This record gives sequence, C-alpha cells and structure tokens, in this order.
Amino acid sequence: MSDVQYRDTLPGGTHWSFLARQGTTLELTDVEGGGNVGMIFYNPANPLERLNLPDTLKCQHTFKLTAGHCLYSDMGRIFCSITADSVGWHDASSGTCNAGIVAEKWGSSSYQEARNNFYRNGRDCFLVELGKYGLGRRDMAANVNWFSRVDVTEDGNMALAAGHSAPGANLTLRFEMDTLVLMHTCPHPLDASPEYPRKPIAYALGVAPPVAADDPCRLSREENGRGFQNNALYLLGTDASVSLGASS
Amino acid sequence: MMRESPRAVEDAYRVEVVGAGDYWLQEARAGETLRITDLKGNQAVDTLFFNADHPHERYSAFDTVREQRNLYLTAGTTLVSDEGSPMLDIVGDTCGRHDTLGGACAGESNTVRYALEKKTMHSCRDSWLLAVNTHTRWGLTKRDLTHNINFFMNVPVTPAGGLTFEDGISAPGKYVELTARMNVLVMISNCPQLNNPCNGYNPTPIELAVWSR
Repeated sequence: MSDVQYRDTLPGGTHWSFLARQGTTLELTDVEGGGNVGMIFYNPANPLERLNLPDTLKCQHTFKLTAGHCLYSDMGRIFCSITADSVGWHDASSGTCNAGIVAEKWGSSSYQEARNNFYRNGRDCFLVELGKYGLGRRDMAANVNWFSRVDVTEDGNMALAAGHSAPGANLTLRFEMDTLVLMHTCPHPLDASPEYPRKPIAYALGVAPPVAADDPCRLSREENGRGFQNNALYLLGTDASVSLGASS
Repeated sequence: MMRESPRAVEDAYRVEVVGAGDYWLQEARAGETLRITDLKGNQAVDTLFFNADHPHERYSAFDTVREQRNLYLTAGTTLVSDEGSPMLDIVGDTCGRHDTLGGACAGESNTVRYALEKKTMHSCRDSWLLAVNTHTRWGLTKRDLTHNINFFMNVPVTPAGGLTFEDGISAPGKYVELTARMNVLVMISNCPQLNNPCNGYNPTPIELAVWSR
C-alpha cells in the first residue's frame, strides 16, 4: 500500500494537471458513483513522448483497462501501472466530449450565466491544461475514461454501460517514470444523462514501495516484463536505478 | 459493409504501386476519390489524413469510431477530424472491415510486443518520420503523428473486453475507396511488420489510384 500524503477532490466538470514523480501513486475515487475522469499522460522531459492507447491495448491484447495493466507511451515505456481497481473495466476507446457534443446533449451554458457551473467539455479542458506546459492541439492523444465502460458487440457497435461505477469505486495508479498527468471530470462523450452530469472525483497522492520482482503488473504479461525493462534502462543512474543485469 | 465501386482504374489520373516498407505522401482535393488495393492480400496499410490547408487539423480515430458508435471502419463510415469535421467518406469496400484501434508499429513498441532486440527492425513510424522530415512543406513533425487507420487489418474485440489480432480478412485484389470532403494530405506507411499475422508475416505491395471529381 502507498503512503498517502495529499488528498483533494475535483468537482464534476472541471480540470487539473500535475507532475507525478516516478514511484508515486494516484488513487482516484468516484465519490457519488457514475463519474468519469478523462486522463492523458506526457513525459515532462520530452512531451513528444505521450500516452499511446493503441500501443497500450495491443501489447496487452485488451480492450478494457483494469488492475494488472500498464499504460504505455509511444516510446515503449510504462507511464504507470494499475495496481488496484474496484471497477474492473475502464474505457480506452471513446475519446472525450467536445463543445459540440456537450451543446447538442445539454444545451449551451455560458460562464456569464452559470459562473463556475458552466458546462465544460473534455477537449477544451485538455487544451487548457496542455497550454500550461507550452503544448497544444497537435500534442493531443487519445485519453482514458476512468470509471466508464463501453461494450462492443460482435459487429463493432459501441454502447456506454449505464450505472457502471458505484459510489466509492476506486483505482490506484503507480507511476513508473516521471509523468505529466492531465485530467478532467467532464462527462463521458456517450453519456446520455438528461442533465449535465457533475460528479466529483476524489484523488490522493502517495509514495509507493519499490516495484518488487514479483509485482503483479510486471508479471501480468511477458510484454509488461519487457516494458519494465525499458523503464529500467530509462531510469539508469537515477535514484530509482536498478541493475539491468548485463555482465561484462 | 461490402460495396463495390463503379470506377475503373484506367480512368484514374494517378496510379502507383507502393512496396512494403515505403511511404506515400500525396494531397487529394475535395471531391477526389482514392482507392487503396491490397494487391497480394493480408497487407496492413497504416494511414493518416491531415487537412491539406490547415495540417494541424487531422484524422481522429477515436472521434471517428465514437461518432459512428462502431469500432470498425467500412463503406458508410465518415472519417472525422479532431475538430469533429468530416474529412473523407469510405465509399467503396470489398474487404468489409478495417481497424483504427491498433495503431502503428514502431521500433520501441516492437521491443514490448515481441523482443527487446527487435528495436532496429523497420517500422511504420520510421517511414512516417522520414516522410515528414523529408517533405517539410506542410510543417509536420512527430507531434502530428496521431492514431492511424490500419486498412485491411482485422482486430476484433471480444465481449469480455479482450483484443485479438486475427489473420487478415483481406485477399488479393480487395480494395477500399474514399472520397475526400476537404482537401486532404494522405500519409500512408505500407506496413513492414514481420512479427504479426496481420501481414501474413510477409509484407507486400499495394496500389493507389486517384480519380478527379
């Protein structure tokens, strides 16, 4: 278990970002149930390295994300592992809502009228957070939607599962390299709620013990073992450096 | 959905064969139609589209599948951009299903998927990086390399949430045809992947044909 050092809650329909150092954890809790968290990762040392969900899904032969899975960059490295998950299925294939989707579903809601309850959308949230680091739309990548599940039929038809995430549902990410975390709490793009959903998400930051040789994420697939080897090479010479095992 | 095209290759203004491991970078004007033919069968064609007039606007795989509420691309699919604008329509398809979830191969992802020593094998991302750094007029860089289409590749999702890589459902002579709805830049990597059944472990040439409107 990680040693939690910081707790905060993001109201529904808001956004934030932070630097998660290698060896720290992020626990997300869907306080009321039915929440959604859009999330993307970047390497702060080279933001051209970013979350790559196609690589993440294909190397683990999975469509859903849950405990034991790792989230990969386009450079073959692991940003973070999912070390705990009470939900069992998180969506990685629907992208995020944009202004058009939100207006079509829930109408317009300006800041002038609604103040901080105005209807934010995921794409604009990501653009704001990207801008804080000198990044922009060209740096956008497909995002995860934590707490949301999208089922696919044999013919490929996609549908958002209703009532998927229960109150108090939670998951924990353990960062395997320094990672810029961009997140928002806007609705899933397939959410059909009659009102703009505004679900708060609690999050906690902590420090994880070193990754053990028999760590379940490392061992869940051979591919992840090689991903951890790539990270070990990347971390060579840092405080997190481990032996790469080469003999002279 | 299978849909045969009424177009004849003899009427195309451009017909080119692209070998496995090569890239193809060309503009197509709004209203023009592009056909990609899998000459030998079981070839993955990794493809990206950009707005030729404003190249920061680009194909968005996940917006495309979500907007059509279906994971697979075929005749009737509209490819949409990151701004939600229609870029091209798939107007013909004799293969029936194309992937846009599986991304492209790269040396780095090869290390994870297959073996650490596979990192120097030729890959789609190498082809794209060479393409954008050779043809600089559009100002594209690695920043612009986003999630692509894999024409002729079959990546079915299981009901339990698994992802499988099936032998291609394509065959010699199968094609997919797209009509542009804006001026587009087409960037294709004819996939050189040797480690995956999606290419039948034997990457082969494709044919590209373009018809004026």
